[in-house]
Amino acid sequence: MNLKVKIAPGLELRNPVITASGTFGYGPEYADFVDLSRLGGIIVKGTTLEPRQGNPYPRIAETPSGMLNAVGLQNPGVDAFVNMTYRIIRDIDTAVIVNISGSSPEDYAEVSRRLSGLDRIAAIEVNISCPNVKSGGMAFGTSTDGAAMVTKAVRENYDGPVIVKLSPNVTDIVSIAKAAEDAGADALSLTNTFLGMAVDVERMKPLLSTVTGGLSGPCIRPIAVRMVWQVAKAVQVPVIGLGGIMNGRDALEFIMAGATAIQVGTANFIDPAVSVRIVDEIREFCDRHGVADLSEIRGII
Amino acid sequence: MKEKSLFEIIDIESLPLGNALMKLRPCSGKMPDMEPGQFVNILVPDTPGAFLRRPISICNVCDGLLWLFIKAAGTGTRHLCSMKAGEKLDIVLPLGNGFTMPESKDARILLIGGGVGIAPLLYFGIRLREQGYNPRFLLGGATADSLQLLDEFKKAGEVYITTDDGSCGVRGTVLAHDIIRSQTDRFYCCGPTPMMKGVAALAREMNVDCEVSLENRMACGLGACLCCVEDTIEGHRCVCSWGPVFNTKELKWHES
Ligand SMILES: Cc1cc2nc3c(=O)[nH]c(=O)nc-3n(C[C@H](O)[C@H](O)[C@H](O)COP(=O)(O)OP(=O)(O)OC[C@H]3O[C@@H](n4cnc5c(N)ncnc54)[C@H](O)[C@@H]3O)c2cc1C
Ligand SMILES: Cc1cc2nc3c(=O)[nH]c(=O)nc-3n(C[C@H](O)[C@H](O)[C@H](O)COP(=O)(O)O)c2cc1C
Ligand code: FES
Repeated sequence: MNLKVKIAPGLELRNPVITASGTFGYGPEYADFVDLSRLGGIIVKGTTLEPRQGNPYPRIAETPSGMLNAVGLQNPGVDAFVNMTYRIIRDIDTAVIVNISGSSPEDYAEVSRRLSGLDRIAAIEVNISCPNVKSGGMAFGTSTDGAAMVTKAVRENYDGPVIVKLSPNVTDIVSIAKAAEDAGADALSLTNTFLGMAVDVERMKPLLSTVTGGLSGPCIRPIAVRMVWQVAKAVQVPVIGLGGIMNGRDALEFIMAGATAIQVGTANFIDPAVSVRIVDEIREFCDRHGVADLSEIRGII
Repeated sequence: MKEKSLFEIIDIESLPLGNALMKLRPCSGKMPDMEPGQFVNILVPDTPGAFLRRPISICNVCDGLLWLFIKAAGTGTRHLCSMKAGEKLDIVLPLGNGFTMPESKDARILLIGGGVGIAPLLYFGIRLREQGYNPRFLLGGATADSLQLLDEFKKAGEVYITTDDGSCGVRGTVLAHDIIRSQTDRFYCCGPTPMMKGVAALAREMNVDCEVSLENRMACGLGACLCCVEDTIEGHRCVCSWGPVFNTKELKWHES
């Protein structure tokens, strides 16, 4: 049976299971639980041009079947990544993908340029859910122009595969997906977290320091599956699905809705070994249903 | 090395104020090595309102059993406290750093605990005693009822007590007890944040070294999600992987 999937020219994964940015550190954090070489890929924490401290604590609130986070892109910056982290993770035997963020298209361009020379980085995933400082803080990913602008900035400065990660906080995700595809994205991943909020009623205060934050976990899954289904039907490039995947069944839901690969995020917090278990469960499903290649069931809905 | 393992509840004792002392045996038969101050992360079974794991300090490791001292503070811990012997728990452990051993066996050390914050101090006190140190404990509670596991603490060292209502020991908070102003080289403190901040401020004034164990809200427990950070002099640091034990010199508490 063949679990290999092709995401872009020069980017073939040994299986469709990738760990999601911000939920798996840089990989070594999970090495006691997971044989990292059994993963399709690892997407590391969002990296920005300058180091960032992120938002004040509290940054997390649990919600029904999920959680809100307001980590806010805490990371040591692209130079620390290139000079330190990269040396530690370059020999991990899987596709290591760097997730990048910025406040302007120039930021994205510069981060991409600095990552260009790293031969063991398999691809860049562009987080377009970040506020665009020049347009009053509205996220790039909420307009077709913003999405296209950032995609182009990365495309022009990076030779490897470019995956654009879409924000779900939009009225028409298909138009944004097409804009990113037209601007040169090799693949699309969706979804990022949903904007949410929770209140500590006894204290009459928000549970997060930033009031609002990103919702993730199984509570978002049906919406994410729907979005993947809509986008996969509308674009030519491969789609990577994520949002609340907890097991192999959930992963297959996205694949049947049209995803070529999937990402596992919040589930890593519940079971640190869940990612490899999902690989096993997908294989077991394929065995049971006589599926020889995932393309037989991809987008079957 | 961290692991995710099944543990069986061998004994669970209900204590006043909804607390429970749980003793667990690893189903594999092999207890991992654990340092005092480290914690475990527990998946609460059959409780939809507890989606993420719940971090709980290692209270003791004794006769092949892991002790956890749990306060029923909400949905998840309430379920844990109501569990029965024979039931099993999925636990990720051991997590975080531990307390720093004192440099000298003659060091005068005071372990200061309040509420369920006493949990990690028991394991640490026992370890100190085993290694030839002379730990003293200062334990504070709201009422006599809230002072628990006292017999266990007494086996490891001298115990001093305060209660808010004076029903046991000195009336007031731990700061009201004379012992805290005696000649001391290091405080180790775990309890409610206002109490730890009070002890940290006194330590600063007395020029005593002070370690505290923080309980920030967590998700992964592995240093991967950056949800649990504390603001330190070196910037945001994860409590789950840099801590939960911090020297108060590293924290910015006195600035606020
Ligand atoms: C390193 C560490 C060690 C801990 N050791 C112990 C221990 O030995 N014994 C013990 O009883 N408790 C301990 N706690 C606290 C315990 O984890 C929380 O009480 C528990 O997570 C609450 O879950 P719940 O579902 O019962 O409560 P919820 O319904 O989620 O909330 C109830 C209350 O608990 C508070 N709370 C929720 N999550 C946390 C959290 N992660 N940390 C602190 N407060 C929280 C909430 O603010 C709320 O007021 C520790 C926490 C940490 C981070
Ligand atoms: C704590 C946390 C941090 C995250 N950090 C990032 C990030 O840096 N960049 C990014 O593109 N997405 C980030 N995400 C979003 C996830 O990668 C993922 O898109 C989202 O959580 C939905 O998937 P899930 O439900 O499987 O978690 C983060 C999510 C969480 C929970
Ligand atoms: S809880 Fe995830 S980094 Fe500390």
